[in-house]
Amino acid sequence: MENLPLNEQDFIPLGASASEGEVLAGKPMTYWQDAWQRFRKNKVALFAAILLVIIALFTIFGPAICGYDFTAQNVKIRNQAPSTEHWFGTDSLGRDLFARVAVGGRVSIIIGICGALIVGVIGCLYGGLAAYFGGRVDMVMMRIVDILSSIPNLLLVILLSVVLESSSIPTLLFAMTITSWCGVARIVRAQMLQINRSEYVMAARIMGVSPVKIVLTHFIPNTISVIIVNLTFRIPGFIFSEAFLSYVGLGVAAPNTSWGTLASAAQSTLLFYPYQMLFPSLFIALTTLSFTLMGDGLRDALDPKMRR
Amino acid sequence: MWKYILKRLGYMLLTLLAVVSITFLLVHTIPGDPFTSMVEDLPEETRQLYMEKYGFDKPLIVQYVRYITQLLTGDLGASLRYPGRKVGEIVAQYAPVSASIGGLALFMGVVLGLTLGILAALKQNRWPDRLVMVIALLGTAIPTFVIAAVLQYALTVTWPVFPTTGYGTWKHLVLPVTCMCVSPLASYARYMRSSVLDTANQDYILTAEAKGVDRFHIVTRHILRNAILPCITMICVSVGGIFSGSFIIEKIFAIPGLGKYFISAINDRDYSVVLGLNVIFTGIYVMAMLLSDILLMLCDPRLRLSNDK
Repeated sequence: MENLPLNEQDFIPLGASASEGEVLAGKPMTYWQDAWQRFRKNKVALFAAILLVIIALFTIFGPAICGYDFTAQNVKIRNQAPSTEHWFGTDSLGRDLFARVAVGGRVSIIIGICGALIVGVIGCLYGGLAAYFGGRVDMVMMRIVDILSSIPNLLLVILLSVVLESSSIPTLLFAMTITSWCGVARIVRAQMLQINRSEYVMAARIMGVSPVKIVLTHFIPNTISVIIVNLTFRIPGFIFSEAFLSYVGLGVAAPNTSWGTLASAAQSTLLFYPYQMLFPSLFIALTTLSFTLMGDGLRDALDPKMRR
Repeated sequence: MWKYILKRLGYMLLTLLAVVSITFLLVHTIPGDPFTSMVEDLPEETRQLYMEKYGFDKPLIVQYVRYITQLLTGDLGASLRYPGRKVGEIVAQYAPVSASIGGLALFMGVVLGLTLGILAALKQNRWPDRLVMVIALLGTAIPTFVIAAVLQYALTVTWPVFPTTGYGTWKHLVLPVTCMCVSPLASYARYMRSSVLDTANQDYILTAEAKGVDRFHIVTRHILRNAILPCITMICVSVGGIFSGSFIIEKIFAIPGLGKYFISAINDRDYSVVLGLNVIFTGIYVMAMLLSDILLMLCDPRLRLSNDK
């Protein structure tokens, strides 16, 4: 120690007092500001989010831009290849595919988002209640979830579509969400139990923080990020299920259409008019890809454990 | 451990009973009966006779009790649509076809997916990782029927390498198996990658590194052994699914499998076949879940100990 070339002069504060330190430090950030900053730095996720906005705008304004009605048939222009007149070509009844893909996108995206929201709400309520009551109630509730998720999902969707004998969007949503909320319920319950066991919640309880405040500041922010990420990944799942149902012939009924319906209708003429399948499939793939990439970005941004 | 397995077996039977009851109710609420869709103008009296023969004129609860007792004797019922065909025979005929394609596809998907996932995680943020993630993303983003249609178009019409449809030789298997393994491949690769990365960040890996264990043993003994555990459940669920077949693939490639038969049975209102197949599918699923629990306990001593308590 004595050999070190240091003297007392080196340990005199430079002048910044403790109060000035507060000024020097950055502004304290809330959880969401922090998450947004991290999400913004993730170029891929940001690009995916922008792409989704573009796709959404296309489905909203597409039919107006091209000026064709998506149901207007014209036998003179059947199966035309993409041209300046019909950007995506026309189908076997002479309907403009640009308009049809745009309108079909509305149905697909609405089904994806509504499906995710429905399973999100039901799953949160169910999982939250199971975790809240605990004990026997929890066990019975989770047993019911086990049973429901043992029913082959596809079978249930097909059976319900046949039973309900209608192919409207609400029916499809009902059939697709009736058991798929189980996964969300499991995640919410597990997350709740994990938070409940954690030291900081115990510390908050011991310090006498009111239960309402504990729920608001600890349970909800820590659960909602997990739910948001999970739901983002579920949206493509619903779009895919709808496409599958359309393929089986149980999708939305004409004159309404969806990307799945368009793609499966183009299947039989793929040999001659490949572009009829290309555009709806391309949009399914792009949308799914964007939601997945955005979900990855959101997970990295929202996960409190990634916080440094 | 045995006590736990017995408890799980009990739950399994309960689950099976519940699922059978739910589907029984659902199937019987489908409007129309098998006889109206079979023949356009069946005389009313004949129809009545048929209804009596199969017991459809009885109240639902009587039919239900009858069905359950029949199931308990191991009889899955017979087709209403094609008299004389037992559900057991249908399964014996079609399930092996579905299982051969589904099994091969799952095997390839799991092996390739896990390998790619491990590779990606070990080379995190370098080009192998990027490449694997792009493949995995495309695999999850493109619908199976699009992949199937494009492959069929390219490899049977443009360059006729493989037969377009059918089932029989190994050449018939290539395209359906390829199409079917894409989606499991993608999801296993993604899942395994994040599982390996999670494990690699654990404290015990740091301890092993600090103690000077060489890289190879850290990866094989510590990282992979722990990272594969969550995949076991996934694999078991997928194995349960291979017998039910893939409707889309079976339809596109005209394969006489169970998936296609199942959809046509629903459209035919062939109650007993739908119910019978459902009992089998659910039974396999529940058994797969039990198997995954047992496997997990065998592989993970921590679980074994916590369940003994």
